[in-house]
This record gives sequence, structure tokens and C-alpha cells, in this order.
Amino acid sequence: MTALEVERLSIAFGGVRAVSDVSLSVPFGLVFSIIGPNGAGKTTLLNLISGVYAPQDGYVRLGGEDVTGLAPHLLARRGLSRTFQNLQLFLRMTVLDNVMVGRHRHESTGTLSDLLHLPSVGRQNRQTREVARSVLARVGLAAHADRPAGSLAFGDLRRLEIARALASEPKVLLLDEPAAGCNPVETGQLDGIIRSIVKDGVTVVLVEHDMRLVMNISDRIHVLANGKTLAEGTAAEVRSNAAVVEAYLGVHGSQEAARAFG
Amino acid sequence: MAEFLQFAFSGLTVGAVYALVALGFTLIYNASGVVNFAQGEFVMLGGMSTVFLALAGMPLPFAALIAVVVAVAIGLVLHRFAIEPARGAGPVTLIMITIGASIFLRGAAQIVFDKRFHSLPPLFGADPIRFGGAAILPQSLVVLAGAVVVVTLLWAVIDRTLLGKAVIATAANRLAARLVGINTRRIVDFSFAVSAAIGAIAGILVTPITLTSYDVGTLLALKGFAGAMLGGMGSAFGAVVGGLLLGLLEAFSAGYISSNYKDAVAFLVILAVLFMMPQGLLGRAQVERV
Amino acid sequence: MRALLDHRLAPAVAIAVILLLLPLVFPSTYYYRIAALVFIFALASLGLNLLMGFAGQVSLGHAGFLGIGAYAVAIGATHLGLPCWLSILGGASLSGLIAFTVGRPILQLKGQYLAVATLGFGLLVAIVLTNEAAWTGGPDGMLVPHLVLFGFPLHGPRAWYWIGGVTFVIGTALALNLVDSPMGRALQAIHDSEVASRMLGIDVARQKLAIFVISAIYASVAGSYLALLNELVTPDVSGFLRSIELVAMVVLGGMGSVVGSLVGATLLVVLPQVLTLLHEYEQMVLGIVVMGFMIFLRHGIVQGIAAVFGRTRT
Repeated sequence: MTALEVERLSIAFGGVRAVSDVSLSVPFGLVFSIIGPNGAGKTTLLNLISGVYAPQDGYVRLGGEDVTGLAPHLLARRGLSRTFQNLQLFLRMTVLDNVMVGRHRHESTGTLSDLLHLPSVGRQNRQTREVARSVLARVGLAAHADRPAGSLAFGDLRRLEIARALASEPKVLLLDEPAAGCNPVETGQLDGIIRSIVKDGVTVVLVEHDMRLVMNISDRIHVLANGKTLAEGTAAEVRSNAAVVEAYLGVHGSQEAARAFG
Repeated sequence: MAEFLQFAFSGLTVGAVYALVALGFTLIYNASGVVNFAQGEFVMLGGMSTVFLALAGMPLPFAALIAVVVAVAIGLVLHRFAIEPARGAGPVTLIMITIGASIFLRGAAQIVFDKRFHSLPPLFGADPIRFGGAAILPQSLVVLAGAVVVVTLLWAVIDRTLLGKAVIATAANRLAARLVGINTRRIVDFSFAVSAAIGAIAGILVTPITLTSYDVGTLLALKGFAGAMLGGMGSAFGAVVGGLLLGLLEAFSAGYISSNYKDAVAFLVILAVLFMMPQGLLGRAQVERV
Repeated sequence: MRALLDHRLAPAVAIAVILLLLPLVFPSTYYYRIAALVFIFALASLGLNLLMGFAGQVSLGHAGFLGIGAYAVAIGATHLGLPCWLSILGGASLSGLIAFTVGRPILQLKGQYLAVATLGFGLLVAIVLTNEAAWTGGPDGMLVPHLVLFGFPLHGPRAWYWIGGVTFVIGTALALNLVDSPMGRALQAIHDSEVASRMLGIDVARQKLAIFVISAIYASVAGSYLALLNELVTPDVSGFLRSIELVAMVVLGGMGSVVGSLVGATLLVVLPQVLTLLHEYEQMVLGIVVMGFMIFLRHGIVQGIAAVFGRTRT
């Protein structure tokens, strides 16, 4: 049984086959990266896995269970979480509140008890707050807990989104280009955070453009191009795969690279 | 059969008004993304201004002309002073602003004019024409003809002139239009002005049949919106088709089912379209990119 | 002292204090009536605020629920022989049920489409109330008898000042509770990003529906009280202008500000009374107010005070 598995996943928009017959299998506890040139279908694939789109063909299995076509909130309740390429934070809420929302699937009070603020709600609030604070501390944002999320610096916003996703205690965490727009220092911090997440037993699926981060941290890399699987393997294997280089640099580019680097 | 024809004609007549309101909606929506709820007030202003100017002694043709000018002026003011300052605000804010404007215009009309129903003399007399057992008012034909003229003129401008191309460009991508040197603000001005004119003309033409009063605008706006949705939000041709279709649906349900709930037809149409075919009859389905 | 001010329910207590002290400055019964109206509309606008300000939805037809509550009392007493308090409950239940049924499909819509769909709903209610004259008395409306509780007739501005005021305090407390709870956080999250909310396990559709039903019940109870205070209902109570007035109260007071609902209601109820000579201009003023606020003061008058009282506490 794997943490996450997709089999022959496909979706087309209008006439464009965004993802075509993609299969991959993510073992537990790994950092599994998905890379590919722009327009390769990486984010679409993530959207398919996280239930934002329903696939037209193929299967998605989470921890062995067939979850194809399930709505995102049902997937979240089964231990899948994700961050977003263009950040989907709750900007008007405080940093701490953002992470507290991450605890939602572990909260158990209902509408009526919330309205009446029964003692269970007070207890739940306290518990949620505590866990949220500790997660914030873990990503190094404890000092900003009471600030509105919208006032954070960009690099901090990325960390906040990860903290929020972590608060839900996922089994599989999808990270959608977390290093986009980050400077080398922030990317380095990201590297550390991802390693600590994996140490806790979370399986990480990383979609990323930053090759240094990908090569440093990935246990396995899956390469997409034009919506199809191009290659899969370890960092070393993928780096030296001619087809992969060609996909990124084009035929002429790869020929030049071959000439330049022998 | 006679009954059917009767309903069909009265349906087409009001449908023509809805079509023109829907067309105005679409113009403004395409150019600026705003759902202009004050659209119905332009129709009201057209009719009421003409009535009162005529009552004040002005010859009818002049009164009608001035009424259209007044509506256009108000349309421009609406754009410059209510919509422009809020550009960038969300669609709900914008629709609320236009609702505020429509209420303001209603309130003003109540005071400047009055609260009674008014009519205008029909262009070709009030004797109905007999056709297949149905009685058709000549003014109905005037309304339909007027609608055809307006739509044709508008199409000619949009399709055949440089200005029309600029409108299409602004509708497609405002920023890109500005980058190629189009003064998008003037284009939106233009769309508001034209929408107001279209509405006013519709109001003037239909008043001899349906009468007019200070508060006809609200329902008209909703029905025009229903027509635009039915035809496909953003499609001018769809707006016309949708408006006519709505008029027919209304007339037939009023005739064959219940005339009390005639006004409900438009809302049911809106809901049906929203849930069953959000892109309308002639619009294109929108894919949401995440 | 700081701890007391920071407590979740502090605003409700403050309003309760105002409720108790206000009559001391009332020169005549007329003021009781105005204040009763304020509390009644504040209750309705509070419900709408929960829907619009917190959950980020929009309802331009909320007066429809006001009307259902109002006519429930009138019809219950006149046609069904029910005691008034039962009619109030019945109206609230009916509103809740209708909100549940209509809300399911409608809340899938966003932005301007949701706005127009709710607008249509409100107008539909008004049309039904106007047309079904056998039940509703048609365009001229119906008379509403007095509220009788345990054999004691309760009527007149004074009674409704207290009933309306206490209900509003309770409604405020419930709203404040909600804000500081898992559901409250979920609603605010939905307001800011539905897609992220879903990814955290929030059943967005269910939460939106729940708050829609709650806000409908608030409006229904307010409508019932309005009918009993005025001893008369007309279809206007569920009309388009009413719906827009409710939204104006929410916007003026500040979207998402629980106390703001009271401020908004006060402004929109008191001002027309104070400026009676402006009665003719009421619609124009409402129009200008709505436009002005949506253009310049989208976040309402109470924005600053809201930061102290009304926003979410952690």
C-alpha cells in the first residue's frame, strides 16, 4: 500500500489535454517531487489529486483507498492537505486564526453548541489555540501570531500556509511551488521545514521549479511534459536523462548543452 | 389560434422592450464588467421625461429627443460619478452601487414627476389591426420596428466602425486595450451612453401601450437581466433573443396559466438558467482556472 | 477591567446596559416605539450581517424572510386561530425551512449571480404575499391582533421595546458566541478563500447553508415582532426597498461588526423619523446613502470601534 497513487489520470479542457494518462505511486514517508516545464500540467495534476477537478479518466488512491472524484473537503478529512501556488490564505484573519482553521477537521463541536457556547466549545477553542501556537512556533512564526495575515512579508506567508496545512495533521501533504518567489535564504528555510515534516512521518509531494531545492531534497522525481509522464527516478537519474533536458531546453538547447558540457 | 397569436404579439412587444434593456445590460457588462441595475430607470426616464416635457408644452418629437438626451446624460453621470470611483471593487459592491443609483433615480422621479401612471399618444393611432383573429396595436409594430432599427444600427457600429472595434477590444481585455492606445474610459462612457439611449427609446416607444410611472424601472431591470442571462451573459445577440423569448414566456404563462404571477416568470427563468445552463442559450461555457 | 472588556460577550452586556438605561431618558411613549423599531431592525440586520459580513455571502432579498415572519403572525392568528407566540415560532421554522430549501441551490452561486438570485427570491415572496389575497389580504395587508402571553395581553410600544430589546441582546450574544467558535472561524475562512477552506476539511456548502438558515430565522423573528408592534402587515414588508434597507444597515454599521448592526439600524430608523420633512425624499436619501457607502465607506462607520469590540477574538 502506498501513501498516494494515481493511475492513468486524464483530464482535458476544451480541446487541450492538460493531463494525459499519468500514473505515479508515492511510498510512505518520502519526498516525491513532480517537475516539468511550464504548462506541463503539474498544477492540474495537483488539482486532480486534491479534488479540485474531477478526472475524466483514471483513479486516485489515498492510503490504498479509492478516492477518485471525491470532493476536496472529504479528501482533507482523510488526511490529504495542500498549499497553493498563488497562496490562498485567510488574509483578513490573524496569523494564529489561520492556523486554527487548519485544525477544523479535528474539531468536534456542532452548530448549536457553537451558538450557545457550551463548555465543550470553550475547551475546543483552548485546545485548538494551543496546537495552533505550537505549529506556528515550529515554522518560526510564533512572534507574529496576533497580526493580520495580510500584513506578513511574502516569505512568511508561504511558511504560514505550510503551518496551516500542517495543523490539520495530514498524512500526505501536497506543496504547490512553495519556493516560488522566495530568495535563497527563504528557500533554505523551506528545505529545513520540509525535512522536519518528513521526519514526523508525513509524506510530501512537491511540485517545484527550483531545481536546487528539488535535487537536494527529493527521494524520487517524476517529470511531466505536455501533460504526459516523461521520466521518473532518483535525482541523479532524472538529471542525466536526455529527454528531460530536451523538454526543458528544447532540441537545440539540449544539443548546445551537450556541446558545451560534453 | 387567435388567442395564441394575441399572446404571441403582446409577448413580442414587451419582449422587444426586455430585449433592448437586456442589450443595454450586455453593452455595459461587456465594456466594464458591471451589472447595471439602473438599466430599467433609463426606460422609465425615457417615458416619463417625454410625458412631462410634452405636458409642459414641448412638441412631442422634441420632447422625445430631449428625453433621450437626459437619459444619456444621466447614464454618463452614473458612470463617471458612481461607477468609475469604485472601479476595482468586487462585483457585489458594484451591483449595490447601481441598485443605490436606481433607488435614487426612482426617488427623484417621484418628486420631479409624480406617482401616477402616464401615457403617450401612439404613433399611428389606437385602432387595432386585425390579423388572423388577433387584434394587434399599431404601436406594437412600432416597438418591434424600433427595436430592429436600434439593434441593426448598433450592430453596424460595433461591427463596421473603428469605434466598434475599440468596444470589442475593451470588452475582451481592458488592460490590453489601454496598452494599444484605446481610451477605455471613453469607451465605457460610450457604452453607458448608448445603453441609456436604447433604454430611453424603448421607454418612449412602449409607453403608449403599457403606460409608465416612476417605479416601472425595478421590474424592468430584473426582466432585462433575466433576458440577458437567458440569451447568455455577454452576448448581444443572445440578449435580444433572450429578451424576446422572455416576453413570449411571460405572455403565454399569463394567458394560459395565471396573470397574477406573470412577474414571477422572469425570476424563475433566472433561477432556471443559473442552475441548468449558466452560459445561457448562446453564451460560451466558462472554465474556472484555479 | 481589561479582561472584562475583552470578554467575548462584552458587547452584548453593553447593549443590555443601554437597554436598561435608555428608558430613563425617554420623554414619551413615542421614543419607546422608535427604539423598539431600532431593536427589531437591528435583529434582522444582525442576521444578515452574519451572512454577508462574516460568511461573505450576499442576500438582496432578505426582507422576504421578514415578510414570512410578519405574515406568519397575521395568518396564524386570523386564519389558524393560533396563539401569537406559536405563530412566531411557526414563522421562524417556516423561514428556516424555506431558507434550507432555497439555499441549497442558490448558495452555489457566487457574487453578482447570488445577488440577483436572492433579489429574485425576495421579490417572489412579495409577489406571493400580494397575490394570495384570500390568505394575506392582498395589497392592503392584514390586521394583526395583540400578543397574549400566559393570559396577559402584551401590546404597545413599551412592551415591544422590552421584548425587542431582550431578543436583540440574546441574538447578539448568540452571534458573538458563533464568532468565537469553530463554526465562526470556518465561516470567516470561507469568506476569504473557499478553495483553501475546502482543503482543510470544511464542508463549505453545509456551512453556508447553516448560516443562511440562521440569518433567515433572525429576520423572521424580527418580522413577527414588527407585525405585532404595528398591529398591521402589508406586502411592502418583504419588498425590494426593505431588502436594500437591510443591506444598507449592514454596510453602514460595518460588515462583520456585530455592534455595527445596531448602529446601522439606529441610523436608518432614527434619521427618517428625525427628518420627517424629508419623508418625500426618503428613497433618494436611501439611494445616495447606499451609493455613497459602497463607493467610499465600504467598511462602514464603525470600522474603528469594530476593531475593539466586534472582530474575532483569539
